[in-house]
Amino acid sequence: MSSEVMNNTQPWQDLEPLLSVNGINKFYAPGKGCGNVNFDLYPGEVLGIVGESGSGKSTLLSCLSARLTPDSGQVIYNSGQFGKMDLYDCEESMRRVLMRSEWGIVHQHARDGLRMNVSAGANIGERLMAVGERHYGAIRDKAEQWLEAVEIDTGRIDDRPSQFSGGMQQRLQIARNLVTYPKLIFMDEPTGGLDVSVQAKLLDLLRNLVSQLGLSVIIVTHDLAVARLLAHRLMVMRRGEVVETGLTDQVLDDPQHPYTQLLVSSILQN
Amino acid sequence: MNALTDMNKGAEGYNFAYLDEQSKRMIRRAILKGVAIPGYQVPFGGREMPLPHGWGTGGMQVTASVIGNSDKLKVIDQGADDTTNAVSIRRFFARTAGVETTEQTAEASLIQTRHRIPERQLQEDQILIYQVPIPEPLRFIEPRETETRKMHALSEYGAMQVKLYEDVARFGHIATSYDYPVMVNGRYMMDPSPIPKFDNPKMDMMPALQLFGAGFEKRIYAVPPYTRVQSLDFDDYPFEVQSWEENCSICGSDHSFLDEVIIDDAGSKMFVCSDTDYCRERVELYGPTEEKQP
Amino acid sequence: MSVTETMIEVSGVEKSFTLHNQGGASFGVLDNASLQVQSGECVVLHGQSGAGKSTFLKALYANYSVNSGQIALRDGSEMVDITQALPRRIIALRRQTLGYVSQFLRVIPRVATLEVVMQPLLDLGVERATCEARAKHLLQRLNVPERLWHLAPSTFSGGEQQRVNIARGFIVDYPIMLLDEPTASLDANNRKVVVELINEAKARGAAIVGIFHDEDVREAVADRLVDIKAI
Repeated sequence: MSSEVMNNTQPWQDLEPLLSVNGINKFYAPGKGCGNVNFDLYPGEVLGIVGESGSGKSTLLSCLSARLTPDSGQVIYNSGQFGKMDLYDCEESMRRVLMRSEWGIVHQHARDGLRMNVSAGANIGERLMAVGERHYGAIRDKAEQWLEAVEIDTGRIDDRPSQFSGGMQQRLQIARNLVTYPKLIFMDEPTGGLDVSVQAKLLDLLRNLVSQLGLSVIIVTHDLAVARLLAHRLMVMRRGEVVETGLTDQVLDDPQHPYTQLLVSSILQN
Repeated sequence: MNALTDMNKGAEGYNFAYLDEQSKRMIRRAILKGVAIPGYQVPFGGREMPLPHGWGTGGMQVTASVIGNSDKLKVIDQGADDTTNAVSIRRFFARTAGVETTEQTAEASLIQTRHRIPERQLQEDQILIYQVPIPEPLRFIEPRETETRKMHALSEYGAMQVKLYEDVARFGHIATSYDYPVMVNGRYMMDPSPIPKFDNPKMDMMPALQLFGAGFEKRIYAVPPYTRVQSLDFDDYPFEVQSWEENCSICGSDHSFLDEVIIDDAGSKMFVCSDTDYCRERVELYGPTEEKQP
Repeated sequence: MSVTETMIEVSGVEKSFTLHNQGGASFGVLDNASLQVQSGECVVLHGQSGAGKSTFLKALYANYSVNSGQIALRDGSEMVDITQALPRRIIALRRQTLGYVSQFLRVIPRVATLEVVMQPLLDLGVERATCEARAKHLLQRLNVPERLWHLAPSTFSGGEQQRVNIARGFIVDYPIMLLDEPTASLDANNRKVVVELINEAKARGAAIVGIFHDEDVREAVADRLVDIKAI
């Protein structure tokens, strides 16, 4: 039986990383921030950054997603529109275009990633309108499609996010980001603050979308179960330093660093 | 705009048109910048005027800076020359600049207006000065000035289109009926001031120079003569102006912006042109209308 | 496949565990381990409990790292040393070349049995209808009743879960398969089915390394018995 590989299961032979991170340092105070981070991320890869609060993972995510200028180091993104971009050495206009098209950001709190006072449809359609889509009917159709994709009843297209449950708000955030078929998504504790069953549903959705759309994702989480479910690779952070990195199941099942071992053993295994 | 002279026919102890010459120069520079970048909001050092904010101080500062001895000034408020504000402002300039004033659009060289554009088409040698409360069309979506400046700089206007989308989703049509956002010269999104959308088309390719002054927000912007001004819309929900079933009860006009007037305690109404001068002109030309209103 | 090739080449592998949070206690499990496995061959590891059989298998899957040595696996014409490979290389290997059936079904709680079984084949881009047909066929062979197919396996018995696990493990024709006590909770009938599946895999040229508790299974599938302490 032959197995054909679809274009959304990227051949491992991709020679160009999508994101290249070299020597990122950003410290607010000794031990507060992140330091000496290096890695390459390839298309279709999900990288999990795990650690406890204060480990610097959110700081790192902000540096990677062009929202916080690091003290030193480079982040090089291979853009479909602009070619190789040094994120902190390029036009702000290019960065902003990137944020609206090739990138997505899913925030922990939906209110940071949505317009709470406009309808779900408008939230999803915004990126389309930002790139010049001017046909109301077409925008609405797209919005409905994406509501379906994230399992929100399309009948709620005119409701405001403030009328949605927490889980629905997160799913709406995801839809809002995906409408421009981004290549890279940054997520900061996307399941934080949600009930366990709601988390589960969201994770399933993310898992499916990531594989269907061949997305690259960098996800920050303190929850190892989330990391195990979604990430191909893990980076473990502690007090601003990356203490261990590698294949997710390897890091979780055969942790080498003392801190990783501590982290893993603190979780009840099922 | 006439060359400046020292001969001030206005009130004793005041400079011509109230503002000192340095201030006028500063404002003119801002105006020039605005004319050079149509639709772009130019910050300026707003001066204290002897009126509180919200009463047209921005428009007045623009007028004070461009007015000259031989100008004829018309001031309207919601289309009428005889409202309290229009009267006050007109009198202000009559006193401080000693210039001639008029109620006739055809005769005026400068027209300061609040909330309407005259019905009569303006000419190349006229200047229309709008009073603007909030110059930033994106303010209601984005409260941060730092952010709206970036949005303008980078032409990031998607958020405004979102607002229009919301209208259509909620009301079935774009519900904004005044202060309707426009795109100037294909580049900057502009707030046309709270004129009814009915007036928006008049701005497009207008032969006269259009100047906008926001006193409280301290912004000036401009639309040079014969500039494209397009109202935002969707391909499938195009921009439309208001229309009335009735004609003006006084002059019979079927194409001007009409005010609804309640005439008795029973609630009977009649519709009359909001632009009083235009109405008067039509009556002069064609006689009063014989149409009886129901 | 008429010509046999070396599918697995392990040399000089050393694996020890250091428990930093328990006083730094350290113990070695594998010492200078070496093994070669050919296509169409089934090597069965045996030895005492705790001797390192599972550890070795997990190292072959890159689930465990090793302290030194090489573990080379054939992917097409290339031998990939998984001790050095990038994570995405290993993930690609696991997708189409390297299969692993463990004792326990790692259940993603809300996914239906049929989906669980189909997933590895879907991930390769095979169309859904084909995946579904294959999954159903395997579940039938493994005597998983049809009424369970649309339910999530989390409430199934241990044996039922394990059969779902096996179906999932065999849906893709992996050239290399690692089996860690796959028949542990199965009755004789189902053990027979597993033996058939393993032999079919061998027949198509797969290289298999397995740990089997049951002697009858071992007898039926092993081409070589290897003592974990001896490799």
